[in-house]
Parts: sequence; structure tokens; C-alpha cells
Amino acid sequence: MIPAAFDYVRAGSAAEAVSLIGEHGEDAKFLAGGMSLLPLMKLRLATPSVLVDLGRVRDLSYVRDGGDHLAIGALTRHRDLETSDVLAQHCAVLQAVAAQVGDNQVRHRGTIGGSVAHGDPASDLPAALLALDATFVVQGPNGTRDLAASEFFRGFLETALSPDELLIEIRVRKTGATGFAYEKFNRRAQDWAIVGALAARVNGGTHVALVNMGGTPLRAVAVETALAQGASAADAAREAAVGTEPPADLNASPEYRAHLAQVLVRRALEAI
Amino acid sequence: MRIGMTVNAAAYDHDVEARTLLVQYLREACGLTGTKIGCDTSSCGACTVLVDGESVKSCTMLAAQADGASVTTIEGLARGDEWHPVQTAFHENHGLQCGYCTAGMVLASVSLLEEIPNPTERDVRLGLEGNLCRCTGYHNIVKSVLAAAEAMRGAK
Repeated sequence: MIPAAFDYVRAGSAAEAVSLIGEHGEDAKFLAGGMSLLPLMKLRLATPSVLVDLGRVRDLSYVRDGGDHLAIGALTRHRDLETSDVLAQHCAVLQAVAAQVGDNQVRHRGTIGGSVAHGDPASDLPAALLALDATFVVQGPNGTRDLAASEFFRGFLETALSPDELLIEIRVRKTGATGFAYEKFNRRAQDWAIVGALAARVNGGTHVALVNMGGTPLRAVAVETALAQGASAADAAREAAVGTEPPADLNASPEYRAHLAQVLVRRALEAI
Repeated sequence: MRIGMTVNAAAYDHDVEARTLLVQYLREACGLTGTKIGCDTSSCGACTVLVDGESVKSCTMLAAQADGASVTTIEGLARGDEWHPVQTAFHENHGLQCGYCTAGMVLASVSLLEEIPNPTERDVRLGLEGNLCRCTGYHNIVKSVLAAAEAMRGAK
């Protein structure tokens, strides 16, 4: 399968990328690792007129200790998250989740920013970043702005990014080397989660996020509330599907996903 | 657009359409048909090649993204008549049946052993999760990779 024809331009910097996307209009798309966009283009579900390749933008690949937080360049590959010592020490949850994205080949190419900007509710990292109350730094033609993860994911493959904005950095709180569990349920090793549940101790509380339980990654608010009121892991986990709209597909019905969410949340809570 | 890359230590450059996939480029422009197209949806791993030493699925990468890179395909793994230790191990341990997944399996294994020189069986199984084999049940593939790891450690 071959993508529909497009024009291809390369950016050397974030500023050049933003300027190029502005020049080429709304049908242009940024290309990071291409692990989500290229399959969509091959299926002709996405037919951008222009691709602005970010592969040569070298200065957006880093994991930096910012004092009270970590700053992660949007073009940092999953492989580099997986092997980052800074992440292992200060936010091991993100490292563990990155290590479960796709397979080795995918992690060699895919980037954290690409995964976030794609906004797939079945992806691992967006849900993890939602649980961590991450901040997304985006650059547009008129400068940068910060977006909270809680207001970023708007719908299926839909985010708060404007077409002319580029996600450049992800900031997360330091959560340390322990205190998290990610339960990813699938039938084939490399697949997207049929359902995933992440529990992490963040800032004195327990945050719980769900993968593939609706049009966006979700926080299991009812579970978090129950825990805050002193409920046991098992009791809190019964609230896992409250407020979700799980999809139906070949792998699972909405009812089965709701059941999975409860089981996986319980397992994650019992593990932390 | 004009792109160029080093494939198996030889320089290639061609005019291609921007939408040309790396696997197409390798097979059709460079004539290197050892790289197979399996699922064409980045699931099966048959099209795995090394780009700057790391395994990638060449059906899900544009040739333009590999412009200037160094690519290794199955044809470039042996040194003259001397097979790569992973190739030898697949041969000796019967790590293949029909052979369609083998080029990708071997290159994914080379990349895996570069990252984890002393893998456990679990490391190998997880490390090859992106490569599907419908013949072997994986048993002899895992055995081959573990044997290759041992041979490569012994050679160092």
C-alpha cells in the first residue's frame, strides 16, 4: 500500500517547522517518527498535501532535569525514554510505559511528541501523561503556550493543537523510581492495549488513567475519588468504568472493556 | 526528489517520489529483494532492516526519511563468504522453515543483540515481539538468537 502523493519538505528547527506548516496551510502535517501517521496514510485515511519532516530537528530530543520537574523534548524516541537514566531515577513510570509501546522497531522510530499529538486513546503514553498531570509546551507562529494534559485531548485523534502549532516539550512532575503500575491487556504482544490501566502515586495522591476506554485517554475520576475517601483497592476499582464510553471492535465489546477496566485497575492498585 | 543513502556499504542515489517507502526503494530502486514485504502494516516485521544500526520496519518509513542514512539489509550482513553469527546460528539451530520472515527476524536479532548482548530467553521473546513467524512456533528462533549471543560473546 502506497500513500497518496504529497509534497515533502524538511525542517531543520522547530521555528522553521512552524513557518513551513504555516506556509503550506491546513492540509500540511508534521511527520515525526511516522509510526502512527504513515500507517494512516498508507490506508489513505490521512491524505496530507504536504509533509513537514521533523526528522532532522535534532535539538528536540532530550530528557532534562528541570529541578522540580523533568523536561522531555517532543522528538525524544521511545527507545531513548526506555534507556534514560534521568527518567529511571525521577519518573520511572514513564520509562516503564515507553518500554511497552509497540515493539523494538516501533520504539526505534516513534517519538513521545508524535504519540501525544496523534491523540490516540489506545496509545500508552498519552494516558500516562494524563495521569502525571503533564504540561505540553507548544510553539506556534506567535510564540509558545503551555497546555495542561487535562485540556489537551479533545476527542478521537483530536487535540487542542492548532494546525499551525508544534508540540515541542513535555513537562512532568518528578515521581521517583517507584510507586506505579501499568496493566496493559492485549492478545498479541505488540498490539495496542485492548484496555490499559495505569496507577501512580503523584503528589501525595493516587492517580489512575485508562487506555482505550473512550474517545480520549481518560482519568478514572470515580476511582481516584473513592481512594481519596479511604476505599480499598478492590472497592475503588469497581468504579473504573464509571463515565467511560468504551468502544466496540473485533477485540472486545464495550461490556467486556468495562469488565477489563475494573480488573486491570484493581491489579494496578494492588501492585503499587 | 533526489535521495541518497549507503546500503550495505555501497552508495545509492535515485530520483524518487516523496511517497516511496523505504522497502520499495530497497527492492525496486536498489534491486535488493532480500527484504520481504509481509503484512505491509508494520505488524509482521518481515521488512525489518537496520537504519544506522537499529532495526526498523521499512514498510513504515519513507525512503526520504532514510536519506543520508546507512542501511543494512540481509544481503549486507555476511562478510564475503563468512556469515554473520546470527545467520550461522539460524542455520545450525534450524531457526526457520519457509524462510519468509527470516531476513527480518535475523536483522531484528542483530539489533537486539547490539542492545542486549547477554539476553535471557525472555529478553529474546520480548525483543522479537515485532516479528511474526507462522511456521516455527518460535522455539528454534529463540534458540538461534541465544546461540548467536553466546557465539558473539565468545568471539569478543
